[in-house]
Amino acid sequence: MTGSGSNGARGPLDGVRVLDLSRVWAGPHCTRILADLGAEVIHISGRRLVGRRTVTRETAEAIGIYPDNEPGERHWNRHVLNNDMLRNKFDITLELDTERGVELFKRLVKISDIVIENYSPRVMPKLGIDYPVLKEINPAIIFCSMPGYGPEGPFQHFVSYGTTIDPHSGLASRMGYPDGEPYMSGNAYPDPASGMFATGAIMTALFNKARTGKGQHISLAQAESGAALTGEASLGYQLTGDVPPRIGNGHVRKAPHGAYPCEGEDKWVAISVGSEMQWVDFREVIGSPDWTDDVRFATLEDRLRNQGELDRHVAEWTSNRNAYDMMRLLQDAGVAAGVVVNADELINDEHLNERGFYWKFDHPEAGFHTHAGQPIRLSKTPARHYRPAPTLGQHHPYVLGELLGLSDEEIADLEETGIIGYEPLVRER
Amino acid sequence: MAAVSGTVAGALSELTVLDLSHHVAGAYTGKLLASFGADVIKVEAPGVGDGARKVGPFPDDIHNPETSALYLYLNTGKKGLTLDLASDEGAAVLKELAAQADVLIENFQPGVMESVGLDYATLSAINPRLVMASISNFGQDGPYRDYRADTMVAMALSGQMYVNGHPDREPLSSSGYQPSYQAALYTYSGIMAALLARDRDGTGQYIDISIQEAMASEHQFTLNGFTASGKIRMRAGNRYGSVHPTTILPCKANDGKPGLVALGISDPTQYVLLLQLLDMPELLDDPRFANPTLCANHHEEFNALVRPWFMEHTADEIVHALQDNRIPAAFVNEVDDVLEDPQYEYRGFWKKIDHPIAGTYRYAGLPYHMAEAPPVFGRANLLGEHTDEVLAGKLGYGPDRLEKLREGDVI
Repeated sequence: MTGSGSNGARGPLDGVRVLDLSRVWAGPHCTRILADLGAEVIHISGRRLVGRRTVTRETAEAIGIYPDNEPGERHWNRHVLNNDMLRNKFDITLELDTERGVELFKRLVKISDIVIENYSPRVMPKLGIDYPVLKEINPAIIFCSMPGYGPEGPFQHFVSYGTTIDPHSGLASRMGYPDGEPYMSGNAYPDPASGMFATGAIMTALFNKARTGKGQHISLAQAESGAALTGEASLGYQLTGDVPPRIGNGHVRKAPHGAYPCEGEDKWVAISVGSEMQWVDFREVIGSPDWTDDVRFATLEDRLRNQGELDRHVAEWTSNRNAYDMMRLLQDAGVAAGVVVNADELINDEHLNERGFYWKFDHPEAGFHTHAGQPIRLSKTPARHYRPAPTLGQHHPYVLGELLGLSDEEIADLEETGIIGYEPLVRER
Repeated sequence: MAAVSGTVAGALSELTVLDLSHHVAGAYTGKLLASFGADVIKVEAPGVGDGARKVGPFPDDIHNPETSALYLYLNTGKKGLTLDLASDEGAAVLKELAAQADVLIENFQPGVMESVGLDYATLSAINPRLVMASISNFGQDGPYRDYRADTMVAMALSGQMYVNGHPDREPLSSSGYQPSYQAALYTYSGIMAALLARDRDGTGQYIDISIQEAMASEHQFTLNGFTASGKIRMRAGNRYGSVHPTTILPCKANDGKPGLVALGISDPTQYVLLLQLLDMPELLDDPRFANPTLCANHHEEFNALVRPWFMEHTADEIVHALQDNRIPAAFVNEVDDVLEDPQYEYRGFWKKIDHPIAGTYRYAGLPYHMAEAPPVFGRANLLGEHTDEVLAGKLGYGPDRLEKLREGDVI
């Protein structure tokens, strides 16, 4: 391992150095995990990709991602989502379409373990820093690329996002109101899912490298992650010849099974009743109203057949009650139930807070914010909250000075010639 | 494509894994380890086996523990051992196996492993190098520890469900098992991290994975928007919130399939290109439709305006016309369509796997290629298929001992 170990504590990936060229979500989600586990992740961005020089108050209000909707003097350092993705990482800028930028990048490759990027497949070869080139510089380098459809094949050049990978991969086909069209995730779900596969692949490559001394190219297709996560359904289709229909929140072997309206505005509780025993418990919790004796609901088969009527009765019970009260009441009786939590309720969830799930970061330009922690809970080498997100170019002195040995004058020269900087390069339109 | 069965050496071939999983989360973790050549021993209850064997779907709807699609997919490349962990003899055998194992995975309800004397404290005393991963709905402690959940309840309590669906209708969960799959991916990385730490520190450790936490981590704007500005992310209908058109639109039907196509436009440049291609550049001068952010506030009007063009073209024509102009568009595939998709085919994503009872089918592979650590794709184990082989091979049990265990219904 070639990293400096400057994260201090001995995380499981302490000493692993990562050059992170990834953008948006899938790649950054992966490197965020590596950083939480103690890797030294150096985020490298070209300043054309940072956005425009200013963000208007109106735009800020529409997006809702700047502290108190105030983009401030340097909006790029106050984007709370980017700051979440960049936590525990180091940051430098580098214009990779310049000779000097590429030369410095290659010097970093020489002293790093991992390079990750999620550009379209034509970008890295065009910049002259694709795997065959970098392998010559450092044969042990692990190079992870993760374009939407993969770097080869008929759709290799397709422009894609998590939102379009969703319907392509079959994931969206598994969500939707009964007999309606496939539904897009409200959350670009294929992005983090692909990031998780990349994380596992990189860890496997590190394990392999520790034994063989060899690096390798990981070629991930985000479209394939969605298909891997619905693999039981595509196999099921082959076994049965049936494409599963969309059934909303229904379930083929459980009823009642759905989200039911509760007291208050847009409040819902999800209730899942599977076995006969759970049905008996459920009946008791809701006070065994007369309709539960109806022959149409006598067996699971009956309840599945008469779901519409069943759901109407359940909704009568839920609609004037508090969602949390019902969840606790049902769960205490052994019936699976959960509040359909919104962002506010999620961040204030009693259980997640008691488990210490959330991490709080105090960022010098964005202030104090709560972010999701790290679900990988290791008893001896835990993931850690090391430092808040860096500001743009914050680690030029460390990365270019300490790691590459450039003098202050040389770094100043890089800034003067526009190879590095601290502000966006606004695109001419 | 050559049919494959059995396993060959891979990047993780030095590892022995005890896979005490049932259903999805633990099983997929074990499957991933087996994909890289680890010797994964699936431990199932004698006679019954993993609950996933009862789930299906099954060919001709005839229930058979060896032909459940869910089990077949999630347990490729594993060896099958039956063992009654609730019996003293069964627990003792498991301890002997754990003494030589590198990894143990389980996803019972919290407290179950302790109740049969197989908790981490006990197992790590036997084998300090053991990495043990427990996956549960809500983690091993906290007020919801004993709460029950399935996919929908996990989607609800992780905040995923609230943002899916139409604003005027109930929030949507998804069919399938996404929360468990995400937990499996976190567990896999956690196990690999623990193995890397073991290389350095010499000892194993315990990993506690909560399905709720895994899914609550897969948010981008939801938590961060709230902590930034107090904004509560809402369901936006069949589209992605704050920009348009990132959505699924109807188009001309083709080949008996309903016409649907997906667009993913958030970038103003791509938006301009789209309106030029549709020959509707005048919309850019309309303050309602000047850019994707403004368009989001008038998405229904926008959809009505572009509908005639989309209804004149098939998904195939639209996807290629848009992609030729660097505008993100995609097919809307059902699970049968993905099996015919030329891109998956080109990359060799589907793996043909033989199974002596279920037959030969194409299974989803891994979404990545690794030249120096190529994955291997074996078939799912039969219930108890390798019981004798494992116990004789790993623990040196002779025929008499095996017979005795079998008579006592331990194996």
